[in-house]
Amino acid sequence: MSKTLYDKIWQSHLINEQDDGTSLIYIDRHLVHEVTSPQAFEGLRLSNRKVNSPKRTLAVADHNVPTLDRGLGIKEEDSRIQVEELDKNVEEFQIPYFNMNDTRQGIVHVIGPEQGFTQPGMTIVCGDSHTATHGAFGSLAFGIGTSEVEHVLATQTLIQKKAMNMLININGNLDKIVTSKDLILYIIGKIGTAGGTGCVIEYSGNALRDMSMESRMTICNMSIEAGARAGMIAPDDITFNYLYEKPMAPKNEDWDKAVSWWKTLPSDSGAKFDKIVDIDATKVTQTITWGTSPEEIVSIDGTVPNPDKISDEVKQNKIKRSIEYMGLTPGQKISDVEINTVFIGSCTNSRIEDIRSAAKIIKGKKVSSYVKALVVPGSGLVKKQAEEEGLDVIFKHAGFEWREPGCSMCLAMNSDKLNEGDRCASTSNRNFEGRQGKGGRTHLVSPEIAAASAITGKLTDPRNVT
Amino acid sequence: MEKFSTFKGIAAPFNILNVDTDKIIPKQFLTTIKRTGLGKHVFDEMRYKKDGSENPNFVLNQKPYDKSNILIAGDNFGCGSSREHAPWALKDFGIKCIISTSFADIFYNNSFKNGLLPIMVTKDERDALLEDAKDKENPEIEIDLENQEIRRPNGGKIKFKIDPFRKKCLLEGLDDIGLTELHENKIKSFEESRSTKHPWL
Ligand code: SF4
Repeated sequence: MSKTLYDKIWQSHLINEQDDGTSLIYIDRHLVHEVTSPQAFEGLRLSNRKVNSPKRTLAVADHNVPTLDRGLGIKEEDSRIQVEELDKNVEEFQIPYFNMNDTRQGIVHVIGPEQGFTQPGMTIVCGDSHTATHGAFGSLAFGIGTSEVEHVLATQTLIQKKAMNMLININGNLDKIVTSKDLILYIIGKIGTAGGTGCVIEYSGNALRDMSMESRMTICNMSIEAGARAGMIAPDDITFNYLYEKPMAPKNEDWDKAVSWWKTLPSDSGAKFDKIVDIDATKVTQTITWGTSPEEIVSIDGTVPNPDKISDEVKQNKIKRSIEYMGLTPGQKISDVEINTVFIGSCTNSRIEDIRSAAKIIKGKKVSSYVKALVVPGSGLVKKQAEEEGLDVIFKHAGFEWREPGCSMCLAMNSDKLNEGDRCASTSNRNFEGRQGKGGRTHLVSPEIAAASAITGKLTDPRNVT
Repeated sequence: MEKFSTFKGIAAPFNILNVDTDKIIPKQFLTTIKRTGLGKHVFDEMRYKKDGSENPNFVLNQKPYDKSNILIAGDNFGCGSSREHAPWALKDFGIKCIISTSFADIFYNNSFKNGLLPIMVTKDERDALLEDAKDKENPEIEIDLENQEIRRPNGGKIKFKIDPFRKKCLLEGLDDIGLTELHENKIKSFEESRSTKHPWL
């Protein structure tokens, strides 16, 4: 029978299945960070259990780490304790670890692919919803809770039920100016934040086949904002070329074997999907969010919606609330909205290509005098690469701050946060109320729009900065 | 885990769309290394004013809802991050059951692991329960997991569906890891065949 990519990975990891469909699946790779793991390690200790397979696990501190003066350590006590707890746990349980001062340290979803820890055909989990990012390699990757982190640590397996197969087909050519961030925001706007609930999404279509791995990661990353359990893209030559010679990728004979296996993974023609959505790539414009849910999107040349035109009362209230929180007026042109903060970073858009595209727009220009702008590279290796290319100089000349890698202002657990009423053009993935700091207002944008907005101090189409 | 038994409790009307886990427990409280003590921070930004005092307009600050055990929630409850702190905080506040039309996947999963029962009902049923909950004089609803039944204050009943395995785990307070360890041999042989076939894994 024809199978989807998801069906194939699921079946090859199935250890046991009960009559009601509850299944035990094997987990190939487990990423661990400091925020969602302390209670899991504590649980292991209390029940006298060991870590089943430390070599399939990789730990890193990213959420809480300072992005300035790292040598001074972590000022905030709670954050420091959490990172110290991780230091202690990886030591006790013998788990490979990139500590805060290792060049390989970075955001957990940036370092997995970068090291070749992430590979096609694998099951990959992490106590973090944006684990979906790794699906760009044709793996089944999803976020889990802390109890499940403990379960995977103890048994290298997970209890799951199979999700539904959903296909999002993106055909036609994307406009040159349109990035993968625009595309995924556009898709979420179309299907809604619950559009993928209960599903694993496979993205396909010719618009994706030409896309780089980094752009594909941006798309899979935000599958969770579309409500899906995971997002995935079939592996192809672009995937294999990206992985070739990465430190943890298979080598020599193993590499050849791996590639021939990876080539069997794409969905068979005629495979059955429970839901199919078609997206016409030619219709996708540069898309950003205006509100406090990732589905509240607008084209960069569009306007803030008018809630009075919406008949459903609950939806109308939500939109009213978003407009009020965001301090906007219905019908206002989005390109007239002034911002005072720009954040280029997060597991959605902090890789070298993102930094390069932002630098291209910034080059030779100055950040608006009332804008605070920062670049937080996704990992120490991204930072190093950017510095080798001289990109840090471009940013610093323009008035950007050039920081150390971490999650930073994506969730504002360290001291990088918005103040009450600040408005930020952010390349991250969540625009919920207070996400980047209490009372802060977030517009999700591509790195290009973030860069252009930093220069003008308004949400800006990059074509309008020359 | 504690066994989940039939109980009667105060239901709070909580009809907000897409309540995300950042809203349930904002990140400044994620630096804890314990599972308990988060109840006082649940819904922090809606619950407290800037000066730290309680916001009297927020439903869980009002009597009798300050003692709620059940939330009647808006669609797509629990979206956003995977933080298990969300069910921990709700549980610590005293919530044992959330009734909605839909839940985000990870939150739904996490709830069961912490003895918090998420129940999915139809929109009409949820709306009827919202009306029940709004009656401050008599907002008590009974949750009977064994019989998969919600008993309304007016004597009416709403049946709900639930995955039999999850139901069993809640009712018997079973620990997932312990259950999985029963399959130890199968896991071992799986690992062995995998490392011959795909040694690089
Ligand atoms: S960058 Fe943001 S979304 Fe990504 S893992 Fe860190 S906090 Fe989560």
